[in-house]
Amino acid sequence: MSVEEKNDKKVRVGIFICHCGSNIGGLINCKELVKYVKKLPNVAYAEDNLYTCSDPGLSSIKKSIKEHDLNRIVVAACTPRTHEPIFRKCILEAGLNPYLFNFVNIRDQCTWVHMKYPKEAFEKALDLISMGVAKAIKLEPLEMITIYVTPIALIIGGGISGMSAALNLSRQGFKTYLVEKENELGGRLNLLYKLFPHNTEASELIEDIKNKIQNARNLIVYKPAKVKSIDGFVGNYKVEIEQNDNIINLTVGVIIVAVGASLFTPFKFFEYDGKIRITQYELESKLKSNEVDANNVVMIQCVGSRIDERPYCSSICCMTALKNALIIKDKNPGANVTILFRDLYTPGTNYEKYYRNAREKGIIFIKYDLDRLPSIEENLIKVFNEYMGDYIIIPYDLLVLSTPLVANDDNKELAQLLKVPLGTNGFFLEAHVKLRPNDFATDGIYIGGSAKWPVDITEAITQGYATASRASTILSHKIIQVEGAIAEIEENKCTGCGECRDTCIYNAIEMIEVVSKFKAILDSVVPSVSLVRYKSRILPALCKGCGSCEGVCPVGAISLKHFTNQQIIAMVQSYLG
Amino acid sequence: MDQNREEFIPKIITFLCNWCGYAGADLAGVSRFQYPPTIRIIRVMCSGRIEPSLILDAFNRGGDGVLVCGCHIGDCHYLSGNEKAEEQIKKTQKLLELLRIEPERLRLEWVSSAEGAKFADIVKGFTEQLISLGPFNIENKDVRIK
Repeated sequence: MSVEEKNDKKVRVGIFICHCGSNIGGLINCKELVKYVKKLPNVAYAEDNLYTCSDPGLSSIKKSIKEHDLNRIVVAACTPRTHEPIFRKCILEAGLNPYLFNFVNIRDQCTWVHMKYPKEAFEKALDLISMGVAKAIKLEPLEMITIYVTPIALIIGGGISGMSAALNLSRQGFKTYLVEKENELGGRLNLLYKLFPHNTEASELIEDIKNKIQNARNLIVYKPAKVKSIDGFVGNYKVEIEQNDNIINLTVGVIIVAVGASLFTPFKFFEYDGKIRITQYELESKLKSNEVDANNVVMIQCVGSRIDERPYCSSICCMTALKNALIIKDKNPGANVTILFRDLYTPGTNYEKYYRNAREKGIIFIKYDLDRLPSIEENLIKVFNEYMGDYIIIPYDLLVLSTPLVANDDNKELAQLLKVPLGTNGFFLEAHVKLRPNDFATDGIYIGGSAKWPVDITEAITQGYATASRASTILSHKIIQVEGAIAEIEENKCTGCGECRDTCIYNAIEMIEVVSKFKAILDSVVPSVSLVRYKSRILPALCKGCGSCEGVCPVGAISLKHFTNQQIIAMVQSYLG
Repeated sequence: MDQNREEFIPKIITFLCNWCGYAGADLAGVSRFQYPPTIRIIRVMCSGRIEPSLILDAFNRGGDGVLVCGCHIGDCHYLSGNEKAEEQIKKTQKLLELLRIEPERLRLEWVSSAEGAKFADIVKGFTEQLISLGPFNIENKDVRIK
């Protein structure tokens, strides 16, 4: 503690120590603790409460702020993870900036974990409070950042997922733009014949949803069109769309990515020829036009997926194969249909029933493994059966390969425009697989359907709705407020190296050009010299306040507000000296 | 000497990320998993913001050890902050070696919000390790940050 700080009468800390019933007070003497903490620098007031978070406790904080002219509040109690908002609100009501509050955890991280050591727990609590006070002295008032929201959504991709999202948002009353790169809406759904598990025609579903889109209010479709550029942040994205060589400028509040996935053509697998050795998608179109008259049909699963080159499971191919096998069997009950599989995944009651049904109808399932792949010999397939320990030879007149959905080639381009990440397989990568499954890390950009991972129709629709719901949490507000505890750059110190920009995954740091002009000192041919330098600048609406940029700044020009190096060092200093 | 060692209670500055490490430490409390009173916790938003100077400062002021806990790789609240923490800690451990400070005095661990028992075990283990290393003696080592 420097002399100036000690003498700084302006900082007046009030400390409130909670007994939490007997959770804290049962082990350590809180009244004794109050006596000690009163001696800490800048502490103007301290008291203990049975429950600081109760009405009497909160009233006491408010009263003390007025009576003792307190401008920093430290509460030593449970954990900020549950109770910080209550105290921040309390001091705000008493007229203090909520960021002038500091929480000290002496229950979950002290009395509860040292239950047999009251003396050590008391000492630790005292250390923690003095560290908390050291930080509180250095706290600064901060403001939340206000952003005005354009209540319009942009959906990239007019497949089933994107169409579901668009329809959902327009029905909620939000103006919605839907951009599709092909001539027709519908995406991969246009290639399908019937849909599992109830064998409804894919065309019925498409026509139905297309009609709804046509009649929807506030829903504008651009097709065939492409996104050319994206700029801005949540609430205010500026997007350029290219349609028939025309550039259309849009301003939107949120963006939903529903670009789906692409088909994989298995040129190097099982002598694929597109005629008698075809993919499931080619089979669908043959079924649609009633061209299938084969009596011996063999399907091979996991063709091009779950291998080193493409390690993921495409998740929809098992059901697709079962569906098409059943359709063939229904049309021609005498046909022999065999499915060669590595593992068969049919999760959920509906799909498991479907599988059982397929077995009952006489479809034959034979397991193969990667070490002994089935081999093609003219019109015969030779497959090793591990249960028999021998090869089975099956004649075929139609061989159907179940291939995975793969990431679109242009995902990379779009990801760069959006500044969002792609996973190792080229699909878009969500912010968090469980906590934020349909968000990107960047606020106001969402992801749904097969663009993230191969999904079936039901899941694509569900995720479309999910993205619409996530988007509406932004669109339904005129203004949104974002966290004030963000990074700050001292421009004079910044050398413009760009490390912080490269480390920030939220793209919240941009490099700006700073031009300084110097007049020539002596009479010179050149009257003045311009020096162009780069400085980094924080975009407050995008910063999430993690502080990674502070860690990498080689000259210490960045500080994360509310968790500054000075504050942390003050805490360490108050403990270790 | 042996007696001194028994009495030695290490001082450990502990940086916990708000989302996983801190929550894991809270869970250790909620579950009443006991651990030695050797750590003093400093909450940060992300383990990725811990930089060498903060760690060196803790040793400079007489800390016996520094513990940093973040989310498991792939689970970071800020997506890849923990990967940055890993880089920073590795870098700092090299720096400690140059300063002839045992790099084991600095430890990085991944603790999820569901791993209260793991957190308690880490503190126990680290405390024992520091006791066997003995008190950190700053005298001959100039780690002062200019």
